[in-house]
Amino acid sequence: MFKSLAPPEYLATIDTDKCIRCKRCIQNCGWSVYSWGGDRVLIDTAKCVKCLRCYHYCPVEAIQILDNPVRFRQNAYWSYHHIRNIKRQAETGGIPLTGMGSDQPYPVLFDHLLLDACQVTNPSIDPLREPMELRTYLGKKPSRVEIERGDDGKIRTTTEMPPQIKLEAPFMFSPMSFGSISLNAQKVLAMAAKECGIVMNTGEGGLHEDLLPYRDHIIVQVASGRFGVNPDYLNAGVAVEIKIGQGAKPGIGGHLPGEKIPLEVAKARMIPVGTDALSPAPQHDIYSIEDLRQLIYAIKEATNYKPVSVKIATVHNVAAIASGIVRAGADMVYLDGFRGGTGAAPTIIRDHLGIPIEHAVAAVDDRLRQEGIRNEASIIAAGGIRSSADVAKIIALGADAVAIGTAALITMGCTVCGKCYTGNCSWGITTQRPELTVRLDPEVYAERLINLIHAWSHELKEILGALGLNAIESLRGNRERLRGVGLDTQTLDILGVKPAGR
Amino acid sequence: MNHDYQRDISGCGLTGVISKKKRMIGGDVIVRSLCLMNDRGNGLGAGFAAYGIYPEFRDFYALHIMYDDESSQRTCEEYIRNEYHVEKAEDIPTRPVKTIAISPRVVRYFVKPLRERMEGGIGEDDFVVRTVMRINSEIEGAYIFSSGKNMGAFKGVGTPSEIAEFFRIEEYEGYIWTGHTRFPTNTPGWWGGAHPFTLLDWSIVHNGEISSYGINKRYLEMYGYKLTLLTDTEVAAYLLDLLIRRHGLDIPTACTVLASPFWKDVDYMDEEEKEAITLLRLTYGSALLNGPFAILFGHSKGLVGLNDRIKLRPLVAATKDDMVFIASEEAAIREICKEPDRVWAPRAGEPVIVALED
Ligand code: SF4
Ligand code: SF4
Repeated sequence: MFKSLAPPEYLATIDTDKCIRCKRCIQNCGWSVYSWGGDRVLIDTAKCVKCLRCYHYCPVEAIQILDNPVRFRQNAYWSYHHIRNIKRQAETGGIPLTGMGSDQPYPVLFDHLLLDACQVTNPSIDPLREPMELRTYLGKKPSRVEIERGDDGKIRTTTEMPPQIKLEAPFMFSPMSFGSISLNAQKVLAMAAKECGIVMNTGEGGLHEDLLPYRDHIIVQVASGRFGVNPDYLNAGVAVEIKIGQGAKPGIGGHLPGEKIPLEVAKARMIPVGTDALSPAPQHDIYSIEDLRQLIYAIKEATNYKPVSVKIATVHNVAAIASGIVRAGADMVYLDGFRGGTGAAPTIIRDHLGIPIEHAVAAVDDRLRQEGIRNEASIIAAGGIRSSADVAKIIALGADAVAIGTAALITMGCTVCGKCYTGNCSWGITTQRPELTVRLDPEVYAERLINLIHAWSHELKEILGALGLNAIESLRGNRERLRGVGLDTQTLDILGVKPAGR
Repeated sequence: MNHDYQRDISGCGLTGVISKKKRMIGGDVIVRSLCLMNDRGNGLGAGFAAYGIYPEFRDFYALHIMYDDESSQRTCEEYIRNEYHVEKAEDIPTRPVKTIAISPRVVRYFVKPLRERMEGGIGEDDFVVRTVMRINSEIEGAYIFSSGKNMGAFKGVGTPSEIAEFFRIEEYEGYIWTGHTRFPTNTPGWWGGAHPFTLLDWSIVHNGEISSYGINKRYLEMYGYKLTLLTDTEVAAYLLDLLIRRHGLDIPTACTVLASPFWKDVDYMDEEEKEAITLLRLTYGSALLNGPFAILFGHSKGLVGLNDRIKLRPLVAATKDDMVFIASEEAAIREICKEPDRVWAPRAGEPVIVALED
């Protein structure tokens, strides 16, 4: 057999002295790295993706997955990955795919921003003793309120409340379709969303009937493939999202191959079993901002005016685009930064298109304020939110809430190996193979995801308390409480943040 | 939008008194009350606001302006004479105080906007606000520190007694008084930075540090306010102006916005009230003043005291006949009212609203 000239990335190794021949690694590996050789486990290390499923299930710590020490000669310009990709492309003529968000070493602005805390002149607040409010409402807000006072002295309003999505904390789960992830993974998201008082998003794969009990915590998505879209679907959740783009692959459509379209996926997407599910790059009825406006209002008409979100990838001109989207009638603008995750994207696109979410949120929040329309829509920030600190920082830059995808999958076992596009996820997340998806028990993993949301909520409260704030809206857009370290003047200017020491 | 600013932070003491029957109260009363709280200031700022002091000019806006030098005065006066009918212009009476080495020139003008300058149907009040914003942000060395009718602010760098002596406060009589002594932690002494902060007939004295300052500022900038002082007090004043004068909320509702009730309490309100409070919170969340504060705001028809939503700064109130006193400390009240009818500590976020009897 032809041996690839691209050396394997990882070396899967088994200590044969420790190994008790239980074969669990063989069962567990979705990529068929291991097979039984009669008296010992055989290893095809070229298939290994370092998802570490085998390591976790080996009872005796016999397995080690090493980064392959065999590298091309070190070269600061021609990196290992450049050379390896060229060799792979020379062998296949194809576009190397990848999963999850970009792992390239671009500067991470989150790691150059620090939050403030109170000392002496203003007291910090103890979240264990005082109320701390994280409740967040998403949707259009009026710019002013008419109030009347009754004879009983109580107030009432004659201003109508635009439709809102109520979140108990400023989190939501980012759109991940049934097809790109398993139904069990979607159930984990739905159950956790319900328990935490937040929302999940169907992605563009339609809505499986098993999720109907969670409809008060679901946003349904309409994307270029229009899978599963009909009036019932549009009305099934609390809001509708129009997906224009995705941070990991701005300007690129999607392609779910026929082998990943078993009956259940086909039903939810309303397409025949085994056909390729193609999402065109643009939405073919949206070639301009007026077209978007028409679709937004068509959806509002069809749903008796549920809030409509528009999701875009953060590209260079994001502020102007977002402003256009708000003026087109969107109630929420979902900004997906270039670090945003994906089930499958061309690596070259994922790693080289778009801008980071931190810049984008700052620019969009500024622009909407300059135009006096910040109240017209909520800003949802997504694309690489790794911790509650990232959440606090992006809210301080101007976001109303964040959407988390990768972090949610990590609670289900994902190790961010980045091989989601293969459909072999050993953790049962980004796969439709029944023997793999059964591993993901929704009840068990929902509990973990709920834990994560609760943990981040507690941390956010601690951060607010240290800042001397007791309501999340007092942090929102409050860039005065952020300082930059090691950022140049122009970046600070874009972020609207002072350097540390000022 | 400028973000690279240095914010001005201070602690302090405040006091206020109102006669609901509009009986005149001498300036010496508020001075005594304020001087009792000398330890709450550090001599770097004090001031007073008084209502009812200019009855003979009650129909004119009284502009109090401080000037760094003659050229700023010339530029500013030229601007004013271009836009306003000036009924009277005079130096504000002062007396030399040994311990005050440098002071700006302080001049007052009783004015009315010229009809022909008020394009586009702009109201008189808006016209005056625009003038204040323009002069304070554009004319170097000139600063309008008072712009209401039949009221005035007097303030500067010094202790309460020094500033009172300088401005001859005891010579004025008013039916509402507020006073403020300041403990700035990071400011160079600038006379304009002292309290009260005023806009039209609103005057604010404030104790605290608004932790939500950054977003309050950005919210106000959306509505064209120019924040030049970078103090919390300025933010509080402009928010009140926006909520009450421009958005038409009544005073208690504006207080509900500045110190919103907690969701845990809102959830148990009856439906109509809950809907109104929720809508207010959603609309004006960026106007919530978060962090420790106690403020007193005076206006031509009354006096209001307000604490933050968890009461992180002291505020005490008392009544005696038609008089109401609100101060940082009970002692400051008892200094000028030996036997009040009632003394109480207002609860967190619950305003004390006193209106004049008509
Ligand atoms: S799981 Fe561990 S012990 Fe079991 S066969 Fe594999 S390497 Fe050996
Ligand atoms: S979801 Fe599965 S395949 Fe994708 S990165 Fe995580 S572990 Fe790897």
